[in-house]
Amino acid sequence: MSLFRKLRNTFRGNALSSELDNELAFHVAERADELIAQGLPKDEAFLQARKAFGNSSLVKERTRDMNIAGWLDAVREDFAYAWRQLGLNPGFTAIAVLSLGLGIGANTAIFQLIDGIRLRGLPVERPSELAALNRPRDFFVSGAYTSRNVAFTSAQLASLSKHQRAFSELLFFNDTRFNMSPGGRPHYVDGLFVSPSFLHVLGLRPILGRDFASDEAQSCADSGVLISHSFWTAVFGGDMNVVGKLLTLEGQKVPIIGVTPAGFYGVEPGLKFDIAAPLCADRMFATDGKGRLEDPMAWWLAVIGRLRPGWTVAQASKHLLEISPAVFRESLPAEYRPDAAKRYRANKLDAVSASSGMSLVRRQYESPLWILMCISGVVLLIACANLANLLLARGSAREREIAVRQALGASRSRLVLQMLSESVLLSFLGAVAGLALAKGLTRSLLTFLGGSDAIQFHLPLDLDRRIFLFTGSLACLTCLLFGLVPALRASAASPISSMRGSRTSTSTRERHGLRRILVISQVALSLVLLVAAILFTRSLAHLFASSVGFDARNVLVATISARTAGSVNPDDRAGLFRAIDARFAKVPGISSYSAVRFVPLGGFGWNGNVHADNDKLLSAGQLSWFDRSGPGYFATMGTSLLTGRDFTPHDDVHAPEVAVVNQSFAKRFFGGKNPVGRSFRIEEGAGKADRIYQVVGLVADTKYSELREDPQPIAFFPVAQDKEVGTERTFVFRVNTVADGVARSLQREVAAVNPNLLVEFKLLHVQIQDSILRERLMANLTAGFGFLAALLSTLGLYGVMSYLVARRRSEIGIRLAIGADRADVFGLVVRDALFMVAVGIVAGLCASLLLSKYAESLLFQLKGNDPLTLVMGCLLLLGTALAASMLPAYKAASVQPTIALREE
Amino acid sequence: MSKSRNDKLQGTLTLLILRTLEARGPLHGYGLCSHVQVVSSDLLRVEEGSLYPALHRMEQDGWLKSSWQLTDKGRKAKIYSITAQGRKQLASERDSWERLTRGVAQVLHNS
Repeated sequence: MSLFRKLRNTFRGNALSSELDNELAFHVAERADELIAQGLPKDEAFLQARKAFGNSSLVKERTRDMNIAGWLDAVREDFAYAWRQLGLNPGFTAIAVLSLGLGIGANTAIFQLIDGIRLRGLPVERPSELAALNRPRDFFVSGAYTSRNVAFTSAQLASLSKHQRAFSELLFFNDTRFNMSPGGRPHYVDGLFVSPSFLHVLGLRPILGRDFASDEAQSCADSGVLISHSFWTAVFGGDMNVVGKLLTLEGQKVPIIGVTPAGFYGVEPGLKFDIAAPLCADRMFATDGKGRLEDPMAWWLAVIGRLRPGWTVAQASKHLLEISPAVFRESLPAEYRPDAAKRYRANKLDAVSASSGMSLVRRQYESPLWILMCISGVVLLIACANLANLLLARGSAREREIAVRQALGASRSRLVLQMLSESVLLSFLGAVAGLALAKGLTRSLLTFLGGSDAIQFHLPLDLDRRIFLFTGSLACLTCLLFGLVPALRASAASPISSMRGSRTSTSTRERHGLRRILVISQVALSLVLLVAAILFTRSLAHLFASSVGFDARNVLVATISARTAGSVNPDDRAGLFRAIDARFAKVPGISSYSAVRFVPLGGFGWNGNVHADNDKLLSAGQLSWFDRSGPGYFATMGTSLLTGRDFTPHDDVHAPEVAVVNQSFAKRFFGGKNPVGRSFRIEEGAGKADRIYQVVGLVADTKYSELREDPQPIAFFPVAQDKEVGTERTFVFRVNTVADGVARSLQREVAAVNPNLLVEFKLLHVQIQDSILRERLMANLTAGFGFLAALLSTLGLYGVMSYLVARRRSEIGIRLAIGADRADVFGLVVRDALFMVAVGIVAGLCASLLLSKYAESLLFQLKGNDPLTLVMGCLLLLGTALAASMLPAYKAASVQPTIALREE
Repeated sequence: MSKSRNDKLQGTLTLLILRTLEARGPLHGYGLCSHVQVVSSDLLRVEEGSLYPALHRMEQDGWLKSSWQLTDKGRKAKIYSITAQGRKQLASERDSWERLTRGVAQVLHNS
């Protein structure tokens, strides 16, 4: 109670003081009254009373001390003083808060992303008990793979469920997207196909409506879908009567059966789901009426299980390994050839912890984010070094004041605390600025990662306890980093030497040694960051410059889907697409166009094993990629036809099967000789005859799945010879200008054939840029951080050089007075600066060489120790450092000896 | 020197204040001063420089409580009174004081 009162009194100084005044005044007045009663005149009485009372301010002070917490009062005073100090130097304060804010903000933003995708547990019950089914290395997969996660076939999972004992319950899910538009431009929402155990395994219950019943996996007759809380609030405005309402998914009406809890985004951090449909809905939505549920070749379901009590992930892994032979024996697809079947049966399963979910975003971005975190940490370090330098300069400016205080009896700890309080205030302000910046930074990072329309990234962006803890500890750390040494340093000066001479002696080298070391480490650190920035930027430039084999500018991609167009059988689909193809010819603004199966670098593909015509071996052939294109495809894409011919309208189902191959294909299968006129066969499944294709043309190499790949063998077949026409058909158009008008005309033509068809447009170069988001992120951010680091260390160097020149004014004055050339003085300062920069660069080079190998996996056609990059980084830094030392050197050279010496 | 008076009173000030408030009931600082002076027949004088810090410290320790009241002359005065905790403190201080004086007296008379 007493402590609380004391603490409170510490902050009500004025009230306390006036109470005391009143009390003491009363005492004096009473004494005076007594004296007046004894016959003294009033004035005399008061004078005597006051005299008798003694030193009233001393009494007051001592009485006040009884009422307050002394240490707290000292702290309060220190902070008030520090606050006034900061107010006196608004320029210094602004630079300090801004540089700290940028550093702390960048770190916080990146931490928030890392926390979201890696560190945080899933928002479910006891996430530590969850484990995901995983495939060790060298796992043999063959079939149709349709998941962004580690996925398995239905047959494998049925067998697994029968044999496994490690999990009390398993959940299966497939990530997908559902189209909610009836026709025209599609409207996609993030979807999941889930087993009925979905919420139950995670320990969640719907907040509205009901969960799936356990038999809803097989029959969808009475089923419906669960919607997420965010979808419920965004689309239905949190309508309490939403259960039973119908959604249009893939052209079919499906009722809503429940709403999942708030904050639950699914099991993939960084992504979200809007709608979860039961597994049976996959069959319902499938255009072939079968779907993937009973297809032994469809790899589509990811698995998360809740471990039985007492089971660890390691034990579960061991158990899964033991039952693997049975699982793969029972689930072997009949279509596998003997060699494939042998490899398939040798597959093994294991388990990994799923306490923080499974995540595509994590796989793609975890290591880049850690690198960025290190880089932004280094930027913060450089900012701290700068501040330490500034505070050191302030400390030496206050040497006299401190010496006086020490002489008057201030203790060293008290002085250190007082100077630290300024740093504490600065880092607090920096942390506040950082938190404000971090919010915007995280948001723009997420928007950037989202690309033009690819996957929408979803992370909770609330500034919660973890973020505050992180930012708070960062602020404390920075405060100690930049504040402690200057405070110790300033209070360590002996009062006599500081009071005696202000500028007489040339300062000892030792006292400036620390400042030099700070500048040198700044230079070294910024060189590391500059090297990183140049590496990533050049890597990106290499990617852009790498020959893709086609011209992506002015290419419009349209994907037409017949999913919602009612029951159109495959033969009718071929006719439908042919009709649309014909109508496109009339659309103005298009110089050429063609149908195609897979647009290059679009993320989808098709491959298989190929044997050249003269190869009679029964063993597996070599891998090649495949695509289907229409007549005019190569002209539209700007890919040059080297020999032979392109497909013509006559290459249809009635004509012999033909192919156009690229240079890598010719090299791998025909030894680089002219392939036109030769033939090759593709391995089919067991029991089917291999197909033979005649090569009619040779085209230049093009990239297939990603920009980073080396040229891959590709064989193109005519779209018109496709025996199994899918529900989608893609067209590429070379347009004269990129304008929405062409897309609208094309859409009108499609709607004229069938208004229920969906059409999605995209520009090829935008799609390619989206495919290298990660590289662009790294290049942009590291360039930004590198620039910031170079700027900060240039400022630091400039500050120290100016300071040193100011300290050496009289020395320079003497030098000039006894005949030194102004050029000599100029050179003296520049040499001094260059020496520090050179030492910093050497240290930075060593650090860069050590560290750059961690970035190598993210680089394209560049080694981490790329000499050109290192040279560029050094030159850049040397240039800025030289510029930074020019002004101080010029100032030194223009010192007037008479003025400088008169100041003594 | 005026300081000597102070020194002698140092250890006993708390005791004097507590005892006076117990015997006389609530008093203000000036009243305390004059009361001690009168009761001790001018042998003891409480110095203001020590009185007020002591009063405030004892209030923080919970031995005294205070309130602002109007005196007969219409002035506002801070009136102190003893608390239950203060009475306990008084008993123990009185006890130790008496043992001290007895001891000192015995040494003075018997050696």
